Amino acid sequence: MSAREDTARQPRGSAIRGALVHAFLIAAVVFAVYPILWVIALAFSESVVPEARALPLPTNVSLDHFVAVIGRTDGEGRWMFARQLWSSAFVSIMTSVVAIAIATPAAYALSRFEFVGKDASVKSLLATQMFPGVAASVPLYLLLDAIGLLDTLSGLVLVYATSAVPFALFQLRGAFDAIPKELEEAAMVDGATRFGAFVRVALPAARPALAITALFAFMSAWNEFALAATFLTREEHYTLPILLQSYATEHDANLGHFAAGAILVSVPVMALFYVLQRQLIHGLTSGGVKG
Amino acid sequence: MTSLSLQRLEKKLGGAPILRGIDLDVASGELVVLVGPSGCGKSTLLRTVAGLELPDAGTIRIGDRDVTLLPPRDRDVGMVFQSYALYPHLTVRENLAFGLTLRRTEAATVKARVEEVSSMLGLEKLLDRYPRDMSGGQRQRVAMGRAIARRPSLFLFDEPLSNLDAALRAEVRVEIKRLHARLAATMLYVTHDQVEAMTLADRLVVLRAGVVEQVGAPLDIYAEPASRFVAGFLGSPAMNFLAVRRERDRLLAPGVSLAIPSTLETPKELVLGVRPHDVRPTSEASALSFEVDVVEAMGFEAFAYGQIKDATHASPGTFIARLDEDALRTARHGARLALAVDRAHLFDAATEKAIGRLGFDGERQPSIEATP
Repeated sequence: MSAREDTARQPRGSAIRGALVHAFLIAAVVFAVYPILWVIALAFSESVVPEARALPLPTNVSLDHFVAVIGRTDGEGRWMFARQLWSSAFVSIMTSVVAIAIATPAAYALSRFEFVGKDASVKSLLATQMFPGVAASVPLYLLLDAIGLLDTLSGLVLVYATSAVPFALFQLRGAFDAIPKELEEAAMVDGATRFGAFVRVALPAARPALAITALFAFMSAWNEFALAATFLTREEHYTLPILLQSYATEHDANLGHFAAGAILVSVPVMALFYVLQRQLIHGLTSGGVKG
Repeated sequence: MTSLSLQRLEKKLGGAPILRGIDLDVASGELVVLVGPSGCGKSTLLRTVAGLELPDAGTIRIGDRDVTLLPPRDRDVGMVFQSYALYPHLTVRENLAFGLTLRRTEAATVKARVEEVSSMLGLEKLLDRYPRDMSGGQRQRVAMGRAIARRPSLFLFDEPLSNLDAALRAEVRVEIKRLHARLAATMLYVTHDQVEAMTLADRLVVLRAGVVEQVGAPLDIYAEPASRFVAGFLGSPAMNFLAVRRERDRLLAPGVSLAIPSTLETPKELVLGVRPHDVRPTSEASALSFEVDVVEAMGFEAFAYGQIKDATHASPGTFIARLDEDALRTARHGARLALAVDRAHLFDAATEKAIGRLGFDGERQPSIEATP
């Protein structure tokens, strides 16, 4: 093919390619979004059981499902939704806090210092990540029972921390590895102690990674069902995923409630993503040192 | 005003000796440049002075204080890093004030210093920007400003210009020289760039494999290199080296025949060092017979690359010669030029130490210009 043919053909070829790529992307978006639209439609409908419809539009728009889910009380008139929202929030926030508090200094040490047993400790931490949390549920159950933390929110936080801490540790270690150590050296020459360089320079530079890691720890706890259902027995301690599940049992299926509950559970996570998006997109380390 | 004194400094990294007994005195207000090829230990030496590395042996004194084992913050040094190492989460103003704020300097003083430094370096309009929003040259100036603002007793520069483009490098080089004159500060400057080394230094320290090879004023070292290594390191294009044999009062090799003073005592096997600028194309019987391979003309200067060769094509080595305008007209691939030598250096082939510098007055009168 001559160079001339090549240049003549290229625009048409790339236009067709562009159209194909877009067609694929549109199909993928529809595939991903359609079920979500359908859940939204169901949540805002009056009906309890979904009708067979192609378009995800609500029949008789109403907020009944939301009112029912949010207003739910138990036999003694206690406002269960508020209690369960509090359970979910407490467990998720505390998991996030514990994971960041323990993993940050540990990750920094693994990134910056050489010490005896460093490789061994990294490998054993990695090994704990190989097993799904549910596999440890029986020993964890016995442990929590032994220390009297069964059916308590703090007990669940500890259970979540067993996977959240190693995950955060690896995330943050990567983040600290990416921060040039000259930044901290400059701080030490400027008058900071070793710890001061960590607090004043390394931590702020790692802020985007800290935000992401905290968000992931929060989300995994917020969405977790199996362990929560195992370790929590009193209904007022339930986290929201257990509540959701109760709307979709074989004895008592109310898919409208289920859809409304699913949206309510998703909203805080979406809001967090929105608030943190600047941090997520934007690496703060850019520009500090010549790339 | 503070001096710096290093005594028998040694440092190993990962078992490999990096500094092997460095002795160096820097006078108060002096700008000393450490120069050498990569891996010669110059950056490690600087980091050891800063306190970022601890020496295995030896002492470091800044002024009258022994700082050998002090942490960086207690040494009162300012450092400019090759990568600038600006704090990415702080504005230029905060970067400049960082060291002062850490030392709990009064707010009014901090403000005054930041203003003083930013006007000195032309940073006034950048004070509220973040490092990521600035060009390389601007970041470099902020990095210098951050060191200056604290008024340390010793400045350390670790290849501060190597990330700048050529034009900017020349500009900032002049700026550093001006700053040194203005601050009258003691400075230790590391570079592998011989132009920076030659132009900035009050005194030059050539390092090789963790040992000081030669110390002196830049022009003195250029004129009288103490060894073949130093001679080859300074000068662009580099000095030519030809393996020659002494036969009574002549140095001989294929294509080389050079008279030397018979009084000069030398071993038999020698290395002749000739800078490209120290030869002249000549029409008379000459010292060097040069076959041109490639010519590079830059307008203000022209160089010919080729080999010294005799009629049988035996050659003691490659050669670079500066050409004058007449020679430039005739020099092309395959041409043979007769070169006269104005000045040459002699090195012992075995030890590589300098034996003497030869001057050739006219064509035939060799003299010894200097002996180390």
